[in-house]
Amino acid sequence: MGVTKTSGVFSTLQKDSRGPVSIRRLGRIEYADALEMQKALVEDRRAGRIGDTLLLLEHPPVITLGVKTRGKPTNILASPDVLTAAGVRVFDTGRGGDVTYHGPGQLVGYPILDLQPDRCDVHRYVRELEEVLIQAVAAFGVAGVRVPGLTGVWVGAPGREEKLAAIGVRISRWITSHGFALNVAPDLDHFRLIVPCGIADRGTTSLERLLGHAVPMETVEDAVAKAFAEVFR
Amino acid sequence: MSTNVMMPQMGESIAEGTIVRWIKKVGDAIDKDEPLFEISTDKVDAEIPSPGAGVLLEIKVKEGETVPVNSVVAVIGGAGEKAAASPPAAAPPPPTASSGPDGSAAPPGSDRGQTGVRPGSDQGQTRAAQGPAPVPQPEPTAPTLAEVRRQRSSPLVRRIAKEHGIDITDLNGTGISGRVTKKDILAYVESGSARAARSAHAPAARTIEAPPAFKPGEDVRIEKMSVMRKKIAEHMVMSIHTSPHVYSAYEVDFSRVEKLRLAKKAEYEAAGVKLTYTTFIAKATVDTIRQFPFSNASLDGDNVVYKRDINLGIAVALESGLIVPVIRNADERSMLGLSRAIQDLAHRARTKQLKPEEVQGGTFTITNPGIFGAVFGLPIISQPQVAILGVGSVEKRVVVVDDDMIAVRPTCYLTLGFDHRLIDGADAGRFLQALKDRLQGFDESWV
Repeated sequence: MGVTKTSGVFSTLQKDSRGPVSIRRLGRIEYADALEMQKALVEDRRAGRIGDTLLLLEHPPVITLGVKTRGKPTNILASPDVLTAAGVRVFDTGRGGDVTYHGPGQLVGYPILDLQPDRCDVHRYVRELEEVLIQAVAAFGVAGVRVPGLTGVWVGAPGREEKLAAIGVRISRWITSHGFALNVAPDLDHFRLIVPCGIADRGTTSLERLLGHAVPMETVEDAVAKAFAEVFR
Repeated sequence: MSTNVMMPQMGESIAEGTIVRWIKKVGDAIDKDEPLFEISTDKVDAEIPSPGAGVLLEIKVKEGETVPVNSVVAVIGGAGEKAAASPPAAAPPPPTASSGPDGSAAPPGSDRGQTGVRPGSDQGQTRAAQGPAPVPQPEPTAPTLAEVRRQRSSPLVRRIAKEHGIDITDLNGTGISGRVTKKDILAYVESGSARAARSAHAPAARTIEAPPAFKPGEDVRIEKMSVMRKKIAEHMVMSIHTSPHVYSAYEVDFSRVEKLRLAKKAEYEAAGVKLTYTTFIAKATVDTIRQFPFSNASLDGDNVVYKRDINLGIAVALESGLIVPVIRNADERSMLGLSRAIQDLAHRARTKQLKPEEVQGGTFTITNPGIFGAVFGLPIISQPQVAILGVGSVEKRVVVVDDDMIAVRPTCYLTLGFDHRLIDGADAGRFLQALKDRLQGFDESWV
């Protein structure tokens, strides 16, 4: 779906005091390209060349490692051969957290925000990202929850929650990058290649599986953009 | 003139931070606001800028270490002069700082204190102002006590040792991490003659040799020990010589656990796992370990090292020998997760598919001689842990219940083997009582 979409500024949402958040919908983009792009945007944001920006996109199948796994990818369950056969690439990133899978059908959001001067609290930022996603999926009637100690958005009965969205953030002198990944309709089998976030005994789910029918990616992007503006206003 | 670099407070609810990467090395010049290091906290990695310009003089917290906010993690000094004034600190970058014996690049701080030599009062004041005692960069992998004594004792101490033909590793060091100080070695030298006189008798008395295993001509079959057998043998002898083992045993009523197990068995089986007593015991044990940090510790010289991660070892008997796979962060798992981990590790242990890291890093061990019918066991501690839980067989036994009546109940004897250097009988009693209470009143919501 994403391949055909054009890049560019989709909309700007007015915020009370810090100017608009630009939402850029990039469609499907290689992980490495998105990494480069974020790096440049972080510098742009720091220099004041751009305002707060949210990138929304999809990645081709890729497994990314956070700093916790640097040099020891033990939470990848599949062998390199299996990964290659499945067309999945592996990337070492600068973000926090453990191992994550990204792929088609997953809505990835990379907010490039300057948290200074009044939002300098990384926990608050992470909780706010969770809030964005909880509000976004609520629009589809899905009750996302937080699980204390396990960052992300989860769905299900206490103790048996499944992961609907993952969060992994990087903050460079209070400019944010990386962000969240919401499972809209990804190939859930690909998650079996990893132990998501190093948490071994919880499963992964998607909006499509929870709802029992497909949801257009554009509709989910709209919901996330709306919730984002709501929370980060 | 130097600036202390602090662990920043990255959020209201954040009390500590882990340094994941130093972007600058000791000796590097740095500008104000230039990225200096990266820290990590719950799902967030943050790049921290330098609070001032100058030269990075000292890194106090190595990569991978976690410290409270506002701890000093590094020192930045005025360009040029400071770095030149302290060549030892400027020489090695942190990850490799202690990869070998120090030689002339003696670690700053400790040696100075022990030898009484200070390179300059200015430097001394700088250190004093930093508050906590200056400790050299710790090793990437923990060195043994003997290595610390050999490699980290000051050149002066090593020289005295050499002159007197003393093996430093024989001494009980009173310095940091058991390092041998000048005072220690001089005391040892002074008591030398007395010691020599004693040692003429004492060692002979201590090392009584075991009688020969067989007499010439005896009808025997000789077989080489397997590598595993040898390792077990060595570890057991080492452990029993290291830790004075003491045991306490508690009788635990398993009625409730059995009831819950039967009620939930099918549900777990549907999820592809067997719900066994071991899972209940493991769950109750990790919760009890969390309650009593002394049970999840190690001894390092005069220091008690409390481990934050609870990595639960579960002994698995093999056709010949045994192996102890480890469930990392066992306290973070649900009952289902624990069941699955136990089943998976036991299966792979028996089929020899464990990875090396899966049998390392245990902080507490459970062993189950009960499955072979033992009423209770008196296991030996797996070093460097300080306690081990032995699980006896769960059998119907006659017990006296509350109102002086005799009843038949499934019961189990749990034994705690503990290192009396750290844990006293009262501690072990509290641990076992708490474990017993958890099992007898097992929280149904966990299952």
